[in-house]
Amino acid sequence: MKRVGVFVCHCGTNISGTVDCAQVAEAAKDFPNVEYSIDYKYMCSEPGQEMIKKAIEEHKLNRIVVASCSPRMHEPTFQNCVERAGLNPYYVEMANIREHCSWVHPNEKEGATEKAIDLVRMAVAKAVRNQPLQKTTIPVTDRALVIGGGIAGIQAALDLANAGHVVDIVEREPSIGGKMAQIDKTFPTLDCSACILTPKMVDAAAHPNINLLTYSEIEKVDGFVGNFDVTIRQKARSIKMDVCTGCGICMEKCPVKVDSEFELGLAKRRAIYTPFPQAIPNKPVIDREHCTYFLRGKCGICSKLCPAGAVDYTQQDELLTRRYGAIIVATGFELFDYSVYGEYGYGKYPDVITGLQFERLINASGPTMGKLQRPSDKKEPKNIVIINCVGSRDEAKGKSYCSRTCCMYSAKHASLIRDKIKDSNVYVFYMDMRTPGKGYEEFYDRSREQYGTQYIRGRVSKIYPLNDKLIVRGEDTLLSQPVEVEADLVILATAMVAQPDADKLAQKIGIGYDKDNFYTEAHPKLAPVETHTQGVYLAGACQGPKDIPDSVAQASAAAAKACGLLSKPEILTEPIVTEVDEKTCAGCGTCLLICPYKAIDLKTLTERIAGEIVERKVATVNEGLCQGCGACTVACRSGSIYLKHYTDEQILAEVNALCL
Amino acid sequence: MSSVELTSLKAKHDAEIQKLTEQSGVDASKCYQCGKCSAGCPVAFAMDYPPRAIIRFLQLGLLDQALRSKTIWLCAGCHTCSVRCPKEVDIATVMETLRILAKKKGYIGDKNIDLFHNAFLKSVERNGRVYEAGLVLTRNLFGRQFFRDTGHGLPMVQKGKISMLPHSIKDNGEVKKIFENVRKRGGNV
Repeated sequence: MKRVGVFVCHCGTNISGTVDCAQVAEAAKDFPNVEYSIDYKYMCSEPGQEMIKKAIEEHKLNRIVVASCSPRMHEPTFQNCVERAGLNPYYVEMANIREHCSWVHPNEKEGATEKAIDLVRMAVAKAVRNQPLQKTTIPVTDRALVIGGGIAGIQAALDLANAGHVVDIVEREPSIGGKMAQIDKTFPTLDCSACILTPKMVDAAAHPNINLLTYSEIEKVDGFVGNFDVTIRQKARSIKMDVCTGCGICMEKCPVKVDSEFELGLAKRRAIYTPFPQAIPNKPVIDREHCTYFLRGKCGICSKLCPAGAVDYTQQDELLTRRYGAIIVATGFELFDYSVYGEYGYGKYPDVITGLQFERLINASGPTMGKLQRPSDKKEPKNIVIINCVGSRDEAKGKSYCSRTCCMYSAKHASLIRDKIKDSNVYVFYMDMRTPGKGYEEFYDRSREQYGTQYIRGRVSKIYPLNDKLIVRGEDTLLSQPVEVEADLVILATAMVAQPDADKLAQKIGIGYDKDNFYTEAHPKLAPVETHTQGVYLAGACQGPKDIPDSVAQASAAAAKACGLLSKPEILTEPIVTEVDEKTCAGCGTCLLICPYKAIDLKTLTERIAGEIVERKVATVNEGLCQGCGACTVACRSGSIYLKHYTDEQILAEVNALCL
Repeated sequence: MSSVELTSLKAKHDAEIQKLTEQSGVDASKCYQCGKCSAGCPVAFAMDYPPRAIIRFLQLGLLDQALRSKTIWLCAGCHTCSVRCPKEVDIATVMETLRILAKKKGYIGDKNIDLFHNAFLKSVERNGRVYEAGLVLTRNLFGRQFFRDTGHGLPMVQKGKISMLPHSIKDNGEVKKIFENVRKRGGNV
């Protein structure tokens, strides 16, 4: 005998301002199986929950319908409430009469009340068909994987390691450090970037709980929360890591010179190299695309000169498979390629550089030892133009979003230039100044007042060379007049974009990404570091443009989430997963292809039919991986796969309650 | 519209603007161009450029444009802008400093206003305070607007707001000394 109790919430005036809650509760009394119905100001409050518990006892209720806000808000609250009263939590059904009703129909009181009654009618019809579901447990492997060894990855790894968990950092470059290693100073305090980063790099390398897997990439991710089986490709370094002492003789004597990726083409490196002197691990790799030995089979100087005998040309890529409980993705960002801007010279003017190139030029460990000189003729620039929003906020050629960091680093660049070259003039072309951080507006103030930076509101429309100058044309929109600057050097604050292969990695891991290939968080406000895949967390700019303080904060947040997962030997799983009816499943495999979480597999059944032993294939669901999206249930031709708590019978009962 | 070449402007006017900053004690670079000054200015309706634009001219080195504007002459010195400015830029004082410089260069944006200023100061120097009836007469006579505001004259006299004869203060010598000191320091009064 199903005995349903209906509880209609006013949500203060959020619902009752539009919906006549008393009328809804009254109408619900006539629905089939409803034994009790009442409305109350705040159902989620302590007295509200007490009311539900008491009603369950007094009226012997065994199904509960709560008509209130979105289930995303308070379903767990009411599930816990009925569980305490001795009912299975999945006997609760929510009717969303706030987001789906009162909030969207504020001016139609009568209609909204009618709609609320219908929503409750549907919920009652479903509630009587709800089945008790049990949460199950799965074991958790106490080991975390951090993908990306920039500042976010390092911070997350350190936090996890300090909490006692073993962490592997996978970094595809030969050294950890990421973009922050290339930066000279950091806003708004003007701390030297290397001075605050390199100690953290050393800490990570020396930590007993952290393993660095540099020059390595993710090949494959299998498994599910608590038990990810990850295959990692360790690229052939051509150096025996346990033998190499990092003396550097090989790098001095190598005859091949190519553009250094770390110096962004402003300096050369050898074919055997470490990206920068403070690299960790401080052991070189051989760039096989440029090494003479690999190209022509001759040379071998590094091998001959190495006092430790660490060079090994025969090394091969190695595949390593490990099981992890949690994954933190911290793969960072790339910079927008501004060569699509013909008006800024298609990337061909040597004295038009990017902000990151400027960081190398002004950096004491950079190619010019920190002496600011322009690339073309090594002259000290006097008039410098900085252009903001290159690629950002430009739907035509770039990205629609704001890159969030450029206003601040441009203010920093302007201040650094004036610090080094006292008689210089710095012009910053901006559209809006965005300085929403602690001490940020004050930093921008100082760049104007103390360093005398000239800010011009407007987008530069053209840069063209004239003699040895670059003429920069824009409009001062505050002056309503076109302006021109004869610049010696132009710095472009290019947009932050997702890594070029961000989508491929997302597909390997099974996480979402947005239109710009930034990874999608589970909820922009309430779950900013989680993904829709349980056990995978996000840190840093792979989720969206972010500065260092925000990246570090998010990394620590992701680490805290991962700690919460890894600190338990096993976790409860949501029972709302799909189940296969093996009797009717034809084993066609359509569901395998449609499942976004790779949760479905085929298994072989051995049956005795009419005395004969027959083998056939059927689909089987891994409950750890299944996220309960229901995509497979729609694709299944024979209707043999169904989602618990949302079965066809339950959904159709709701439809019938509404339409019949 | 021809474009403004900022680099050479800067070189040309940098020293002069630096001096202006010293004289007024106001650093125009602090301004972030929000426009609150212009929005609150009671005489902005009559100006050729809003007060915000004058500060922008100074930031960019467009000194001539600032000096030749009517705005600096129309500014009544009520200091509403200075009081309301979120960056504590004393705009009204900048206007005054610009007027002084403009006058030195012979740019007088509004002759009658200049005439009024001169008559006012002369009256104060002579009497230690302003002699209103005399000020009105001088202004109307030299401004060739003989009957301007004459309708207000009689009621004001009747109500004792202005007197037909000049008043003097107890010790006029001190005020005179102020004027002398200003002249000694290069002031043009």
